[in-house]
Amino acid sequence: MNSINASLQFVPISYYLFFCTVLFCIGVTGVLIKRNALLILMSVELMINSINLLLAAFSTYLNDPAGQIFVFFIMVVAAAEVAIGLAIIVVIYRTTHSIDIDILNKLKW
Amino acid sequence: MLTIIALTVLGVVILAEGMLGKKSWHLPTILVGLLVALVLALYGWNRNLHYYNSMLVVDNTSIAFSSVLIFTTFIIFMFAGHYYKDVVRPLDDIYAILIFALAGSVMMTNFGNLIILFLGIETLSIALYVLAGSHKEAITSNEATLKYFLMGSFLSGFLLFGIALLYGASGSLNMDEISRYTLREAGHLSPIFRTGLFLVIIGLAFKIAIVPFHFWAPDVYEGTPTLLTAFMATVVKVASIVALFRLFSNCFSSIREIWEPTLWILAVLTILVGNFTGIYQPNLKRMLAYSSISHSGYMMLAVLAFSARSSGSLLLYAAAYSVATVTAFGILILIRGAKGNDLYTSFEGIAKKNPLEAVCLTIALLSLTGIPPLAGFMAKYYLFTTALEQGYLWLVILAVSGSAISVAYYFKPIVAMYLKEGDGIKLEAGFAFKTHLIFLTILTLVLGLLPVFLINLL
Repeated sequence: MNSINASLQFVPISYYLFFCTVLFCIGVTGVLIKRNALLILMSVELMINSINLLLAAFSTYLNDPAGQIFVFFIMVVAAAEVAIGLAIIVVIYRTTHSIDIDILNKLKW
Repeated sequence: MLTIIALTVLGVVILAEGMLGKKSWHLPTILVGLLVALVLALYGWNRNLHYYNSMLVVDNTSIAFSSVLIFTTFIIFMFAGHYYKDVVRPLDDIYAILIFALAGSVMMTNFGNLIILFLGIETLSIALYVLAGSHKEAITSNEATLKYFLMGSFLSGFLLFGIALLYGASGSLNMDEISRYTLREAGHLSPIFRTGLFLVIIGLAFKIAIVPFHFWAPDVYEGTPTLLTAFMATVVKVASIVALFRLFSNCFSSIREIWEPTLWILAVLTILVGNFTGIYQPNLKRMLAYSSISHSGYMMLAVLAFSARSSGSLLLYAAAYSVATVTAFGILILIRGAKGNDLYTSFEGIAKKNPLEAVCLTIALLSLTGIPPLAGFMAKYYLFTTALEQGYLWLVILAVSGSAISVAYYFKPIVAMYLKEGDGIKLEAGFAFKTHLIFLTILTLVLGLLPVFLINLL
């Protein structure tokens, strides 16, 4: 375990931080510019996976397993979220025959 | 801990009953189960228990707020029989998911570790995505659930990124460790920690529906079935505010100067935008959505003005707000049942044939406005004096003027009921429904007359 940690710490933490932030921003951009509900869902998954990577990196550098345990919890929650999300998209498709979010304008601010 | 286990078991029991086809058993089981959960929650009073390496911390504050949440769910379930009386399909799924959502919100009041905070928020949110779309045939319900789901999962990403950065900077997910870290590094916090703090604020602000992260709230509230909107406007809101309160008072109280200006601006914006936009809403349901937004602004005062008394006044505020809002939603269910919509015109002249319902709605709305001697006034009084003691003069002035503006929309249904002529329709409220309305109204009066009881608990 220690040798794995040592070899992982060969890359400085700032690299991981930068990489994960970029991945997270790609996910955020995807959510903001895509109009297809499925693609938005995939962008959210990208955001969550970048966070998982960041937590695992921090946990390695801090020599503290809590971060990696948290990653398991996040994976479970993300799986539940995807299951619910796909079900919602199926229901929407049945009533409107489209998954473009622009057609949803019955309720307005 | 026992409360969360009891609630989860209750949810599974409801599902088992549904499998056996015992539809009439659901509500009695739920009401008894919620009372058991309430007793189990109060059982830990004055014990200050820690479970699983302080991942769950059950102290008096968390017990008091969990009790408010369970009690609010209880009074919402008293309306369920009437609301779902014409529904033929089995309801065990909706009831069970509602109970699971409650378990998530209890986790949000008891957390001692950021993992549990995240799990509580997600248990609550994922359950709510399903509940918001539970009226599958209605396109408004579909739209509400998709909006809520997309926005909710997007903003949980921010919350999670914030938690990850806090973990990276402080080296722990435990609240005690983080508060020790902030105490040690108060003068020279790392930028990673600051960024994490603001991302956590954004994530929680979305769940509470604080301006400028409130856009989803009116749409989702309008599309969601009314009974479940009552749950969203009370339990979900109170649980999220308490999570924010608990996180900031326990972890970040030594670095006030970093987050104080942000929360100050958010609170003022929430109070002003919530109240001004509330005036322009065409129906009661959207109006109650904006009312809930502005009330979360008032409750932010307790987070800002953290002192020995602020948890007591937040408790009173949460209880007064929940009871009055549930009463208003009860009448809303009746009106929507009779007229099919909840435009202000539907309220015209109903006071003549239905004096009881009109009085209950009036008292609930007056309590939300903050008219003495009702519960809402006492709650606002204690909250604002706590904030004044901490030197938030301008914030209190803005909050008071915000609540003066709110008169403009809270009085619209009252005026319509008493002063306009209508078609004189008789609302079909059964005996149980009426008794429950009277009980809630008496509760509003009692909370207003004996507020010190709740305040001195904490």
